Amino acid sequence: MNSDKITKIFLYTFSFIVLIVAGGMVFSLVGGSIPAFKTFGINFIFSKDWNPTEGKESYGALPFIAGTLTTSFLALIICFPLSFATSLFLGEYYKGKRVAKVIGTMVDLLAGIPSIVYGLWGFYVLRPFLIDLGMENQGFGVLTSSLVLAIMIIPYATSLSTEIIHMVPNPLKEAAYSLGATKMEVIFNVTVPAARSGIFAGYILAFGRAIGETMAVTMLIGNANVLPDKFFGPGNSMASVIANQFGEADGLKLSSLIAIALLLFLITGIINGVGKMIIKKMD
Amino acid sequence: MQAYTEIDNSKARSSKNKVFQYMVIAFSVITISPIVLIIYKLIAEGYKQLSFRFITENTPSTFEAMTAIQNNELIPGGIANGIVGTLIMVLMASAIAIPVGMITGVFLYENQGKRYANFTRNISDILQGVPSIVLGLISYMWIVKNVTNGFSALAGSVALSIMMVPMIVRSTEETLKMIPIAIKEAGLALGVPYYKVILRILIPTGFSGLFTGILLAISRVIGETAPLMLTALGSSVINTNVAKPTSAIPLLIWEFYNDPNMIGLIWSSSLFLMIIVLILNTVSKQIMAKRNK
Repeated sequence: MNSDKITKIFLYTFSFIVLIVAGGMVFSLVGGSIPAFKTFGINFIFSKDWNPTEGKESYGALPFIAGTLTTSFLALIICFPLSFATSLFLGEYYKGKRVAKVIGTMVDLLAGIPSIVYGLWGFYVLRPFLIDLGMENQGFGVLTSSLVLAIMIIPYATSLSTEIIHMVPNPLKEAAYSLGATKMEVIFNVTVPAARSGIFAGYILAFGRAIGETMAVTMLIGNANVLPDKFFGPGNSMASVIANQFGEADGLKLSSLIAIALLLFLITGIINGVGKMIIKKMD
Repeated sequence: MQAYTEIDNSKARSSKNKVFQYMVIAFSVITISPIVLIIYKLIAEGYKQLSFRFITENTPSTFEAMTAIQNNELIPGGIANGIVGTLIMVLMASAIAIPVGMITGVFLYENQGKRYANFTRNISDILQGVPSIVLGLISYMWIVKNVTNGFSALAGSVALSIMMVPMIVRSTEETLKMIPIAIKEAGLALGVPYYKVILRILIPTGFSGLFTGILLAISRVIGETAPLMLTALGSSVINTNVAKPTSAIPLLIWEFYNDPNMIGLIWSSSLFLMIIVLILNTVSKQIMAKRNK
């Protein structure tokens, strides 16, 4: 066998590791969650019981699914005006200017802050601030988590939107300017329509990020295993229930936590898949 | 003429335009304010604790911390056990993830457009989106349960390495794609074996890009807490046995946060972690800027 062939086989073998890890992950998650699904059936997803008392153990994932989705959606809504404005600032108004570089670097830095530091900041700075505003008495809950999540996903939403807005061909915009359009009209009638699927994909990917966030949410959501009934009330998310309850878990409880991890894996997989598909369609 | 003046709304349009621009600027300022506020808080509350002692001594016991607080002194000790643990785990994770990620990246680059390669790329992208806590749980099931029979640094490294691989795969492929194909073809035309083309031409040419990708991947995993809670667990002394529970800087922050006596240490530990992340980010940015020149 010549060396070229060996090299090729070598490369193939390594690429296979990625597939084995991904496949093994699905296999282990499914295998680990079988006891939970066997005991509770499909009801596991729709039940809101979370009762670890021995003898009448009953686990349901609904409060956590609801908690994850509400915090992430709310974070997305809060994040949208901020990151959309920032991507216009970077990609349109101050394109190529020094100030855009500085702001861009700072936005990137947001992505570098560890989740636990966001959690600390949310706990010691944002939470007292919200209490002072009189919005919440405890300061824990869906709203506090969503605010911090929104800050955390801003860099992901912003960087893709900025890139896409940057790529809108200049002649398109110049044609509108020459007809007398103002900058704002160009943005809403030319730039945004041309870039909309990319911007949309950016927000989908940011949403996927928010769903998987663990530490910051764990520190701020209040960790109450109930359906979040109002924006200011405490709740729990899928990722944070795993982080919180894992320590004392075995048997059926551990299996239920693994089942929640499987659901989390599927949800983020689908969301990221949709986002990537939209990006691919644009090329 | 009359009709014209009636539909001339250019003044209103231009003021709307101005208002919108101010809104964009205002919202952008709001967007970057958290980074300023967070870094300010870290420095303001954390600088007092930062000292040589802080990086060379182990974490104090709750009792020591309590006594120090009662005597109005700085909490003694530091986070050496966390620093060493983070170092061990990040190094081990890199040792696993860099070869796998880079070789897979080269494979994807060499097999552009092929079905199997596209499939692998998609799987790698999906892996990148998997929440870190799920990776922690996976590593718990694989390594903690079956290999080290207990919480261990090895399990932590495996979780971190699964996070790093997709990032390195992507950065490797993107970097190699930017290398002019003529350089590679020149090598092949001279009869250089395939593996030498990769090792002697592609990798050296793209070195700065590959290195940047690795640094960014490290800066992403160095602050990870959730997967380590499920795998490395933590330890109050320096531990170099990779099969035993080991601490890490983010794990220590979590412990301090949960212990009322140790609260005084959270900001300095976070500041220290943030400085490392900032250095990694700045270095990689510098390298990238140099390359683009």
